Amino acid sequence: MANFLEIAGRETLKQFDYMGRLSIQLCATLRQMRRALPLLGNRHRWNATIHQILDIGVDALPMVALLAMCSGFILAMQGASELRRFGAMHYVVDLVAVGFTRELGPLLTAIAVSGRSGSAFAAEIGTMKVTEEIDALRVMAFEPLEFVVAPKFLAALVAVPCLSTVANFFGILAGGLFMFFSTRLGIILYLRYVLSSIVLRDVLAGLVKSLAFATIIAQVGCLEGFRVHGGPEAVGRSTTSAVVRSTFLVIVADAVFTTIFYFIGRP
Amino acid sequence: MAIISVRDLLVEYDGRRVLDGLDFDIEPGQITVLLGGSGSGKSTLLRHILGLERPKSGNISIRGTDITSCSAAELNKVRRSIGVAFQSGALFNSLSLADNVALTLREHTTLAPSIIDLIVWMKLAVVGLGDFGKLHPQELSGGMKKRAAVARALALDPEILVLDEPSAGLDPIVAAELDELILFLKETFQITALVVTHELSSAFRIADRIAMLFNGKLLAIGTKDEIRQHKHPRVVQFLNRLPDSPVHAPAMAAYLDSYLHKREVQA
Repeated sequence: MANFLEIAGRETLKQFDYMGRLSIQLCATLRQMRRALPLLGNRHRWNATIHQILDIGVDALPMVALLAMCSGFILAMQGASELRRFGAMHYVVDLVAVGFTRELGPLLTAIAVSGRSGSAFAAEIGTMKVTEEIDALRVMAFEPLEFVVAPKFLAALVAVPCLSTVANFFGILAGGLFMFFSTRLGIILYLRYVLSSIVLRDVLAGLVKSLAFATIIAQVGCLEGFRVHGGPEAVGRSTTSAVVRSTFLVIVADAVFTTIFYFIGRP
Repeated sequence: MAIISVRDLLVEYDGRRVLDGLDFDIEPGQITVLLGGSGSGKSTLLRHILGLERPKSGNISIRGTDITSCSAAELNKVRRSIGVAFQSGALFNSLSLADNVALTLREHTTLAPSIIDLIVWMKLAVVGLGDFGKLHPQELSGGMKKRAAVARALALDPEILVLDEPSAGLDPIVAAELDELILFLKETFQITALVVTHELSSAFRIADRIAMLFNGKLLAIGTKDEIRQHKHPRVVQFLNRLPDSPVHAPAMAAYLDSYLHKREVQA
């Protein structure tokens, strides 16, 4: 029992230590962010940010769209199979529209970006550490957080909400296709029902979540890269760790935000 | 006046003393070679001179600035006067050789792009890579990478050039070419160089002064002749390439006998 408590205590302290490091890195990156902004900052950082936006956002578009369509179709089918029994098929529209805007769109996007870009951040920075490129940056009087992390973070803050919006669109579209084939509900009418079922607060809640998820993915990916010590096998471990930790933290953050919005939204 | 002064430098990792009260000066316009076996503390000393780590106590002054206690802005100012070529080259793989060399010029100066271009190709020509500027680091041989790292280190016309194991892993001809390049740079640009190596032939070819480290302590410092005539047993052992503990074949045989005997008893 004592041994179990000792292990649990040690692991808890480790997690606190990790969260502390993450917070310190986030604050330090926010201080460097000005240099990555357009017009105000350094044009080389802004160019790097554009490159990252294309990488995180545009390149991930087909995957996120397909993922959202499959999920939208599944959600509509599962919802319909139960709601049909109560003669409440029209609620499938609400389920898909609200479910995607508030929840599934941002969450699916975050999981896709975490697997695709979070791991890439960890691998890139980890490799730069192993090959002394991070040290080279420092001795060349560059701040690694400004040079490497700030463009990635800013790009994630732009790209992830955009991708979430795209995921919402394709998820809801898939729901519409299901409704058309199962109940002959016209797409225009379906979209009209969708617009009447979601409110601005749902969209804003989804966007706030997307921004939080983008922060988690970018910061965890970069921190895992900076934590690399040793050789190439450590880089491999860091990429796995980046995906596992960021996915876990995204789901925890999602639970926290959903709880907050649930209580804020209660009449 | 010394361009680099190290005073009472003490470095510890987890209570283990790695550098023990180092005290020496590096004079301007000279090539100082830091000699020592594996684990003697050469790389640790170098990391402290470059301000990549902070010592437990003592100080390091570069051009009159104590880098162990100065601000980040002052440290970056000092770093701009130092060119560093890392052991692995630490070239940025995503950039071409020309872009690697141009990086600091673009970011730290207000020179016109055409002037930067001219400087970049001049620096590449100095190290004999005038025809390879468009290639990426992964397309180069080991020797070419080291020379490219020297070209990048020279980009801002530094007062101090630091070379970490420039001839490690190179064949004797390429290593000799690098030695000649270092001598050429000293004669042409009056540069102060600090070269870390454990290659005796290279050290005695290029050095004006040699400092020898052993177990984190400075055993000897002086001209080539002073080091050759040094009486310290470790210096003599190092210069004469005498092994520390010869392999004891009888001890190995005895160990094998006792191992086999144990196995027989167990059987």
